[in-house]
Amino acid sequence: MKFSWSRVIAIVQKEFRDYRRNRFVIATMAATPVLFLLLPMIQLIAANTAGNTAHLSLRIGLSLLYMLIIPVTVPSAVSAYSVVGEREQGTLEPVLTTPIHREELLIGKALAAFIPTLLIAYAVFGIFLAAATAFAHPAIASAITTAAHVLVQLLFTPLLAGWAIWVGIAVSARSTDVRAAQQLSVLASFPPLVIVALMSLNVIGESVTLAIGLGAALLAVDLLAWRFVAAMFDGEWLLTGSRG
Amino acid sequence: MTREPAAHGPGRVEPSRQTTPPVGSTGGSALVVEHLTKRFGDRLAFDDVSFEVGYGEVFGFLGPNGAGKTTAVRTLGTLIAPTSGSAQVAGVDLCPENGPTIRSRISIMPESPGLYPRLTVAENLECFARLYRVADRHERIERALRAVDLAERAGDLCRSLSKGLRQRVALARALLSDPAVLFLDEPTAGLDPVASREVHELIAALKDRGVTIFLTTHRLEEAERLCDRVAILNTAIQLVGRPDELRARLFTRTLEIRLRSELADPAAVFSGLGGIVGWATSAADSYLLTVADDPDRAAPEVARALVHAGADICSIVEARHSLEDVYLELIDEDVEARKR
Repeated sequence: MKFSWSRVIAIVQKEFRDYRRNRFVIATMAATPVLFLLLPMIQLIAANTAGNTAHLSLRIGLSLLYMLIIPVTVPSAVSAYSVVGEREQGTLEPVLTTPIHREELLIGKALAAFIPTLLIAYAVFGIFLAAATAFAHPAIASAITTAAHVLVQLLFTPLLAGWAIWVGIAVSARSTDVRAAQQLSVLASFPPLVIVALMSLNVIGESVTLAIGLGAALLAVDLLAWRFVAAMFDGEWLLTGSRG
Repeated sequence: MTREPAAHGPGRVEPSRQTTPPVGSTGGSALVVEHLTKRFGDRLAFDDVSFEVGYGEVFGFLGPNGAGKTTAVRTLGTLIAPTSGSAQVAGVDLCPENGPTIRSRISIMPESPGLYPRLTVAENLECFARLYRVADRHERIERALRAVDLAERAGDLCRSLSKGLRQRVALARALLSDPAVLFLDEPTAGLDPVASREVHELIAALKDRGVTIFLTTHRLEEAERLCDRVAILNTAIQLVGRPDELRARLFTRTLEIRLRSELADPAAVFSGLGGIVGWATSAADSYLLTVADDPDRAAPEVARALVHAGADICSIVEARHSLEDVYLELIDEDVEARKR
């Protein structure tokens, strides 16, 4: 039987319906972005342009880094729940008894975390840009809205989210406890953010070429992570706790 | 897969018999299992299991907790891989590559209903209808809900349902794809007697429709009531057959006689009677006669002999061994054999 997008959509739709009535998911998706929007906005609005340029640049870099923490933290908590949570509530077995392929299940789970993350992260960045333009000093606003900064945000948001999601699902597929899975997956999601942080903080010179190069590398890592997660998804262990 | 799910409430499913094999099946059996074994490391889940189940048959898989029933269902449902042996499920060879094809032809209702608690009944079913890619999704969902008498609860969140209702939703979910073989794993586990009876009625209605059902249970009255044949499993299969066949194989047929008072010389009355191969006293005024062949043929002669001896007969009945007796006999024997 061939890969079916219809089954992927079934999983995505089911997850969205579940999110709507899941207070934990709603809180994670609402509170984290608000926190990571308010902190940099306050910093930038309060920033003094008369100060040292390097210091101002660091502040801008940090503010933009906050934006990129959103696509790492929002999906990792949700995706870490995706397999172990279903296992705990006893819903994994009925799903696995259908003709679904593990790839369809995993892509459905990943998309269900990816789509809202992308929407939230881009919306928050849009609000941040609008607020910076409206309330921050014009010099700061123009420093933030450079092509390189915007490109970094647009490019790395989905790529970091992809990494966080695959890490979350991988941890979830090997965990026996939801909380442990969530804590571990948040921690494991951060390493790629370090490279972006070095760029944002001007430790590595920020340029469009470098951003595209790093983006391509992160995309390759995401694809490898997907193959790895698909290979390690062991339905037998998930159902029985043992391997034959 | 052309059969339609049931309609019209619990126990009132449309009674047309539909015993045809699914499209693409090669044989006449819904399940053919040959020397199937599953090990988890050193632990043996089930060993050298062989049986066949015909289309339209309700086959019971009986065994104590830990006997390997659920593992067998999961193995036949391609959720876990067998260690050795072979099987055909709904006409398809059991192997990992055929997993999705097999799962598209069968349904498994696990012991726990496994419904999404934050989704409504209809949303749960819609998700599974999409996963099975059923063509007329909404119509199927409505019919499946009517079959389990839950059409009025379609909009309820599953977390708000009682355990019995959840089990009925799980059964509706299992009917959505119109399966060639329906696996029911302990369908009444944890249910109260009323909810159990409702589930029994639903299964009986499916049986009347000719749906092939593989039922695992340790509730013997359930198997006796619903199953055409049963297999008794305790890691290995102990016996397979119709409940009455199993009784006949394990127990001699006996007539149980109760009199108003004790016979003065029972040996003189019972010895030499045709068809009676032995007798014993079960109480002061009761006797058990071992019958060589048919108790119905032996009983009149026994009655005449008793009347002739001046006995006041209260009753002469065939002693019935329940499936529970068969089960306990086999499991006890197996436990003893393992100790040796």
